[in-house]
Amino acid sequence: MANVTLRNVRKTYTGGFEAIKGVNVDVGDGQFCVLVGPSGCGKSTLLRMVAGLETVTGGEIDIGGRVVNQVEPADRDIAMVFQNYALYPHMSVFNNMAYGLRNRGMKEAEVKTRVEEAARVLELAPMLERKPRQLSGGQRQRVAMGRAIVRQPKVFLFDEPLSNLDAKLRIAMRVEIRKLQRRLNTTSIYVTHDQLEAMTLADILVVMNGGQVEQIGNPLAIYEKPATTFVASFIGAPPMNLMSTRTEEIKSQLGGSAGDAGILGIRPEDFVITDQTPAGGVALPLTVEAIERVGAETFIYGSRAQDEQRVAATPGELPPGEVIVRIPGTEAPAIGQKIRVGAIRSKLHLFSGDGRSRIEA
Amino acid sequence: MVEDEGFQRYVAHFILWVGIAIVAFPVYIAIVASTQDNALIANGQMSLLPGGHFFEVYYQTIFVGTSGSTREPVYNMMLNSLVMALLIAVGKIAISIISAYGIVYFRFPFRMPIFWIIFITLMLPVEVRIYPTYKIVADLHMLDSYAGLSLPLIASATATLLFRQFFMTVPDELLEASRIDGAGPLRFFWDTLLPLSRTNMAALFVILFILGWNQYLWPLLITTRDDMQTIQVGIRKMITTTDALTEWPVVMATAVLAMLPPVFVVVAMQKLFVRGLVETEK
Repeated sequence: MANVTLRNVRKTYTGGFEAIKGVNVDVGDGQFCVLVGPSGCGKSTLLRMVAGLETVTGGEIDIGGRVVNQVEPADRDIAMVFQNYALYPHMSVFNNMAYGLRNRGMKEAEVKTRVEEAARVLELAPMLERKPRQLSGGQRQRVAMGRAIVRQPKVFLFDEPLSNLDAKLRIAMRVEIRKLQRRLNTTSIYVTHDQLEAMTLADILVVMNGGQVEQIGNPLAIYEKPATTFVASFIGAPPMNLMSTRTEEIKSQLGGSAGDAGILGIRPEDFVITDQTPAGGVALPLTVEAIERVGAETFIYGSRAQDEQRVAATPGELPPGEVIVRIPGTEAPAIGQKIRVGAIRSKLHLFSGDGRSRIEA
Repeated sequence: MVEDEGFQRYVAHFILWVGIAIVAFPVYIAIVASTQDNALIANGQMSLLPGGHFFEVYYQTIFVGTSGSTREPVYNMMLNSLVMALLIAVGKIAISIISAYGIVYFRFPFRMPIFWIIFITLMLPVEVRIYPTYKIVADLHMLDSYAGLSLPLIASATATLLFRQFFMTVPDELLEASRIDGAGPLRFFWDTLLPLSRTNMAALFVILFILGWNQYLWPLLITTRDDMQTIQVGIRKMITTTDALTEWPVVMATAVLAMLPPVFVVVAMQKLFVRGLVETEK
């Protein structure tokens, strides 16, 4: 049971490359913190710094009230689940889980109790004598989890633990990890590039980009009020539609309320197909380019006649002038048809022209 | 394997059988000659069928030796060869796995220069550095000893390279998981790296054992006493006789006996050997 606090943590590699540019995060006792961001944003590096596998070149990492910058990984009282599981291939499942305990000089009887308890929780009891190569991906994943929980550490660290599993298993394991963490009530830090995993697991979501924190907060709060265009387009799938407010079409509709805003964002799910312009809201004429039906919902890819201006955003960026609209059900207009979509005032997100700050109108 | 029928198959098999005959015939001759009477062979009347002196020839070879040039019984030569081959194989594996571990997993000054120096010794086999090596061994009073026979052949760049390549394929996460599990460098080496290298070590053992067993030049140089000579040197000495007939049945029996340990090692370790060459257990 412990807090994890990162104070202005920095990592500069010997070549001068700054991987982490001053990160402040405070994870409360028993909370589940998810670090999310595109590849290369530094999220794994940050996690490995907490684990002690990477040195810290600036700031402090504090686990349970103790600054651990100079502490060996084994003495930080953490356990880590790796992306490729990193099970010892020549050891049985039992020994894989027991190894860390035995290295700490725990009595064999206690080791046995703990491993068997973990195996029961993770439903691994029948395969304790098997070798990792005789297990399926999901089972290996469980063993990796087991190796972490037998230690009863202060903090769990997860480095993209589900990315080697197939889609169905990933969802099942996601739920299991969450349940397990709730039950053990152990502070956890989880790295992923999958925004859906991030949204569903996190108590605290940390969105990272280019070695910096873009936004920290409750996942739903971040979804509802993204602080930058980066967060806006990274969190939520399909991504938020972003368009310049400088064009005549948008400017006239927003009126004076646009203020200094340079970018307007509207989530695909906030559009409705309508002939009217919602009061204070925005309506756009679109030509339907493509339709994707996924059963419960349908995505319409439309193009706007006028807006060809690119705005600042990176992940999942849409081509300029393209708009995604999500409607429930399978009824959709035909390709090539001209439609009008609108969104109400409260669903509009306004950002400064460089996309770095949110503007509350 | 695509053409599996008719005429071509017979041709393929015919070629294979010819190949086998060419390879196996000398071995067969050696076995046959080792069961015959020496006078017959000396007269040039050796039969191509096994003779009736199998037991007496082999008894004499193993326990008595020739009556001519070297009077050493062959069991002692085999023992010398065996000790030398085992020392070389085990010593090389032990030394090179440790040096490879150091080079791959530790950061220390001049790491790469040291690696390259080891690498360069590939170009300096015993034959090239034979005089200085002999001088060193002689100065250290290791002539006519097992240490002198094996030590100069133990330092090995090939095995170090092989283990280095293997260690570099071991995922870094295993090391990291070990660190989190509280295993220090020695623990990691002993508990994780060594078991993972098992098949590689087996493959290397087979190759190095045969290499050691077949050494000729080096043992010839540094052993002077008959009771320290290896079997490969012994065979040569038996053939060259000054004023007596070469005892061909004994020579052939010695040759047959010299073939047995390598054959045994290959057969016994074949499964591990092949696995070590083709698959990595990770």
